[in-house]
Amino acid sequence: MSETEGTYSVKLPVFEGPLDLLLHLIRENKVDIYDIPIALITRQYLEYIEMMKELDLEIAGDFLVMAATLIHIKSRMLLPVEETTDTMEEMDPRFELVQKLLAYQAFKDAALGLKEREEDWSGVLKRTPVEEGAEASEEQELQLFDINLFDLIGVFKELLEKTPAEVLTVTRETLTMKDKMSMILETLQGTEALRFEELFKGDFLRSHLLVTFVALLEILRLGLARAYQEKDFGTVWIIRPEEQPEAEQAA
Amino acid sequence: MEESQKKSVLEMFLFLSGEPLTLKELKSATGLEDTEITDLMDELIADYSEREGGVLIGKIAGGYQMYTNPALAEWALKFRGAVKPQKLSMPALETLAIIAYRQPITKVEVEEIRGVNSDGVVKTLLDRRLVKMVGKKEAPGKPMLYGTTREFLEYFGLKDLTGLPTLKDLEREEAA
Repeated sequence: MSETEGTYSVKLPVFEGPLDLLLHLIRENKVDIYDIPIALITRQYLEYIEMMKELDLEIAGDFLVMAATLIHIKSRMLLPVEETTDTMEEMDPRFELVQKLLAYQAFKDAALGLKEREEDWSGVLKRTPVEEGAEASEEQELQLFDINLFDLIGVFKELLEKTPAEVLTVTRETLTMKDKMSMILETLQGTEALRFEELFKGDFLRSHLLVTFVALLEILRLGLARAYQEKDFGTVWIIRPEEQPEAEQAA
Repeated sequence: MEESQKKSVLEMFLFLSGEPLTLKELKSATGLEDTEITDLMDELIADYSEREGGVLIGKIAGGYQMYTNPALAEWALKFRGAVKPQKLSMPALETLAIIAYRQPITKVEVEEIRGVNSDGVVKTLLDRRLVKMVGKKEAPGKPMLYGTTREFLEYFGLKDLTGLPTLKDLEREEAA
């Protein structure tokens, strides 16, 4: 339980609600919950509310309703007991309040049990299954976002950094961008979607990577394929446009 | 499937799945009988727990699941670059306990037990997906009924609602 500390001369525990405060008073006075000395508890309860007022703390309406209830019970306790009533409930004006306090206490105990479990479990992690290529993308609805040129370049840069710099430069370029474009389009024909990295599977030289990348950009520009990304920093997919390839090709 | 492979195959499925696997799922994946699966799973759970390694198997949220050893939470979180989720406050835990044991329950009923307005806490619990709306009560004004979620079970590592500690008998010793 937290306490207001420091500048105040009185230490005032903060209670969530009136039941909380009552349970605290019962505990502090070491009295039997089934036989609450209602005069004593009511006095201390009202003192607490006074303190809250003095400290300028906002007093929730619930606290005031309970104050009224306590005073009502206290006054009923002063009345002579009618022998005609047959049940405990009717005889003891405190009965209803006690039942409420007991029920509330039971849930407070249960909350402590949950707290312990939370302590044990809050750092437990589960495996995140690895997406298995295009099949997975069909089964689960992937959230795909259009990727912009800068993101695409960023992804390519990462790929480039993983490739060792060439020691020997092979100058005779055998593969033109056009060749590469048709190769990519051919690969795309056979599948719904292609991982960005898969495009570069056959490229071991940085210069080849570059040709492939430029070819891809050209394909995207012509609208022959689209690039999407799963979330931020997720896998980039190259996807054949479904319906309108004809129209776009013509354009 | 050969007899000697059965247990290993079940173990493998748990490894591959991130989600808790139900008996039904394991059955359709392996073709084994219910009792055979539950027996083998019990063995696996015991094997892992005896080994006290980095990974454990348990019954969570209605299925079997592999998860990191709670005793090594600090390291698991470090690896993932994650921080512990913010702990629930006592009022939130109290409210959650009431909803868990008394579901389906309306907010007004929760407030009757707590003796205090619970708008804020219920919202927090909804936001964290630990509780959800499960219907409307057939009563004037048709108030919303709340219940706990699957995330609730996962958050506390519970197999199902019967896994909740029994609510202490309302009897209480003298408040001493």
